[in-house]
Amino acid sequence: MADENDTHQTSEAEGAYWRDNIRLLVSLMAIWFACSFGAGILFRDFLDQFMLGGYPLGFWFAQQGSIYIFIALIVFYVVRMKALERKYDLDD
Amino acid sequence: MDTQTLIYIFVGLSFALYIGIAIWSRAGSTKEFYVAGGGVNPVVNGMATAADWMSAASFISMAGLIAFLGYDASVYLMGWTGGYVLLALLLAPYLRKFGQFTVPDFIGTRYYSKTARVVAVICLIFISFTYIAGQMRGVGIVFSRFLDVQIFWGVIIGMGIVFVYAVLGGMKGITYTQVAQYCVLIFAYMVPAFFLSFMITGNPIPQIGLGSTVNDGSGLYVLQKLNLVLSDLGFGEYTDGSKSMIDVFCITLALMVGTAGLPHVIVRFFTVPKASDARKSAGWALVFIALLYTTAPAVGAFARINFIDTVNETEYSQAPEWFKNWERNDLIAFQDKNGDGVMQYRSGDAFAGAPEFGEGTGASGERVVTNAPVADSENEVYVDRDIMVLANPEIGNLPGWVIALVAAGGLAAALSTAAGLLLVISSSVSHDLLKSTFKPDISEKGELMAARIAATAAIVVAGYLGIYPPGWVAQVVAFAFGLAAASLFPAIFMGIFSKSMNKEGAIAGMVSGLAFTFSYIFYFKLMNPEANVAENWLFGISPEGIGVVGMVLNFAIAIAVSKMTASPPVEIKKLVDSIRVPRGAGEAHAH
Repeated sequence: MADENDTHQTSEAEGAYWRDNIRLLVSLMAIWFACSFGAGILFRDFLDQFMLGGYPLGFWFAQQGSIYIFIALIVFYVVRMKALERKYDLDD
Repeated sequence: MDTQTLIYIFVGLSFALYIGIAIWSRAGSTKEFYVAGGGVNPVVNGMATAADWMSAASFISMAGLIAFLGYDASVYLMGWTGGYVLLALLLAPYLRKFGQFTVPDFIGTRYYSKTARVVAVICLIFISFTYIAGQMRGVGIVFSRFLDVQIFWGVIIGMGIVFVYAVLGGMKGITYTQVAQYCVLIFAYMVPAFFLSFMITGNPIPQIGLGSTVNDGSGLYVLQKLNLVLSDLGFGEYTDGSKSMIDVFCITLALMVGTAGLPHVIVRFFTVPKASDARKSAGWALVFIALLYTTAPAVGAFARINFIDTVNETEYSQAPEWFKNWERNDLIAFQDKNGDGVMQYRSGDAFAGAPEFGEGTGASGERVVTNAPVADSENEVYVDRDIMVLANPEIGNLPGWVIALVAAGGLAAALSTAAGLLLVISSSVSHDLLKSTFKPDISEKGELMAARIAATAAIVVAGYLGIYPPGWVAQVVAFAFGLAAASLFPAIFMGIFSKSMNKEGAIAGMVSGLAFTFSYIFYFKLMNPEANVAENWLFGISPEGIGVVGMVLNFAIAIAVSKMTASPPVEIKKLVDSIRVPRGAGEAHAH
């Protein structure tokens, strides 16, 4: 079994780290949902009346924008988690 | 040098490169065979993941789908990239911290049950085999068109190459060949895209070109022009979809969650040194994937414009060389319904089904099609969507070396994915079935030998499916995602985020999710295909998107069952606590 530590007990730092992680996850997943399912699908017809260059905006979100935002989400998460892990002294 | 010679040189060189890498990186232990020793740099792993992920479907078929589906094809673009957010945020770092070799390893250990492990192995094998048959077919198509080799021999050569580096090198060999294959395939994809974008819009960056004006003096944007031309010919507008919103929503979600649940993708994150590297690596993978995925919509739109410009209202005798090449390969057909010798390209099917060619040629020299014409459509041209990317350099009149590059790129995409799939199949047999379930006393050497034998057997089966594809292969490949979404993803997710999920709940959830999704697809795609119309679908969700309902069912049943049965033992709760924090992630090892 992986790295079993016999004295293992959820420490306060671990609990706080996990709560912060969940909070971060919830907000990032909300953006993930909003840019793809929201802007690219549910509100596409509304957004298509605006143009981004030659792209109708909803179409742009569906075929370009959401992909760029996905990358930004992961980059942000990597950076924030590194900081959280340093803060609680849990980094690997 | 003529194009044919260039193709042989490019494909030959790329194959020599893969084999060279395979010999350099042979696997000596099970750990090297399963997870490349566990010390792969996250950027390198990201690149390997991208090649692993981008299959013949991404490289060859996707832009063609976009060209003909327009907005509706967005489901693939968002679905096959959004899954990496789920992987990076919800799965990869925790699975890496857990630190073993396979996906069934995690499920079997977390749910303290051999039954759970075996159920996971069954899901995995089913998902991976449906997927791999399509790859081998892709290899066969590229060979038969570009190298003038029969599909049979094309698949045999492809099998030989994969055999060398997957069986000898295991995950280690696969990782480094995949890096080389990524470089080949992305270069092969981008070069014609730059050319096309520059030709049509004057801007070489395809992502910007698609949002620019066409440089034909009309001042119209690319998408505007496409909408106009298509409506003139009786098609729907390119930027409008024809699928219902709920269906688009569900297909996208099923593809995203399915991506995050695909074993050959997940297992790549077991090869990096640390849990935080798994996050980073998923980010890099998405960057490398996005390069192709943001280019594909542009390639699709440009290809559609080019295709209409060069084919529609052109006399068959004046048809370009590529048109006749693909006609020879059965993938394009012209049925001169009004007998004027001119090709009319309109909406609707020219004739029923795939073309059946008769003997001899028609009045203009075209191959005779014996299918019954569709009377209420003026369309006279049949075109297989899969040819768009492969034919693009020819349609755009690009130099011979670009065509050769695309041939090598298509092969790289198919081979890299096939190898990744073979590896998870073989490790689930040798590690999960033999070592962990039925023959625990097997030696390290014996296990490695078993892994190699299993990989060999899997190659033979995959090759057979590639040469003699049963009708159902093409029908179900896309459904691997729905099955992964409905079976593996919920079990892994709850294994990390819920401490109270127990083995009874997880097993009941996986079995019901898989059974429901499989039956729905089986019914509409194989048993009763005539009934496969929106009125008969559950909530208006097509078989492509039904994995979402299967996933919800999996979660609901798992939670209900776990409430009624004993909660998991305390060691398991400790295990969950330990995988949630990154500190102390050792190297991947067997238990």
